[in-house]
Amino acid sequence: MHFILFLIFAGFCLAGAINLLLQTHPINSALSLIVVMSSLAVLYLLLGAEFLAIAQIIVYAGAVMVLFTFVVMLLNVGEEEHTHGSKVAKVVGFPAIFVFFSVITTVILEAQRRLGGVKLSDGITTTQELSKVLFRDMLLPFELTSVLILIAILGAVALARKEGHS
Amino acid sequence: MHFDTVPASWYLILSALLFCLGVIGFLIKRSLITVFMSIELMLNAVNLSFVTFAHEWHAVKGQIFVFFVMVVAAAEAAVGLAIIIAIFRSRATLNVDQIDLMKL
Repeated sequence: MHFILFLIFAGFCLAGAINLLLQTHPINSALSLIVVMSSLAVLYLLLGAEFLAIAQIIVYAGAVMVLFTFVVMLLNVGEEEHTHGSKVAKVVGFPAIFVFFSVITTVILEAQRRLGGVKLSDGITTTQELSKVLFRDMLLPFELTSVLILIAILGAVALARKEGHS
Repeated sequence: MHFDTVPASWYLILSALLFCLGVIGFLIKRSLITVFMSIELMLNAVNLSFVTFAHEWHAVKGQIFVFFVMVVAAAEAAVGLAIIIAIFRSRATLNVDQIDLMKL
């Protein structure tokens, strides 16, 4: 059961990510990114992270991607123009990505014996457990993120404001 | 092959694949907004790794870290999209080849 669910949603994830690269219109890319994020939420649930699965849906697939689609529609962005792209990306970038992926995969497969398996019966990390750690051990970082978000909102408003208005 | 067990390494390889697709998108995409989406894809790939390891070692703090990454990513998206709007307003284009003021 877990195996089948993993295959389905990992397939959705990869298909969405590849579709993001192939589409030329930004709105199609944004919609395929929503597919990726929603199937990632299911994978989080399979890994027993219930709170993160819901946060992924609400924050990423909901808030962040709505922001993206809003900006695409607001700016009325058209099809992507075809250009040759940068030479450095072709000569250095793609081999570097290939090497990076090979190294990572080799390391993971090497460590496979020490890593266990994931089962549906493993149990989930409840929101209660998570909040105990978050509000006891991680209280200061948690409060600091609220300051970070406040600064980000102020920065976004200041950046997007029309010049000339006081 | 047990159908109720998936090796944790598969999740990690999926995460590596998604990250590499994000980097490829960052390199080949010519629209500023799709480049920004590729960055979000990379952040999500790394989050999947964190959740897998948190499950592997029964460490709740790994999930807390993903929570913080989500918060920072949301703040980053807000600021980044504001920058994109400001660029579009002054240049009337989102093509990265034409936004090269800081290029050497």
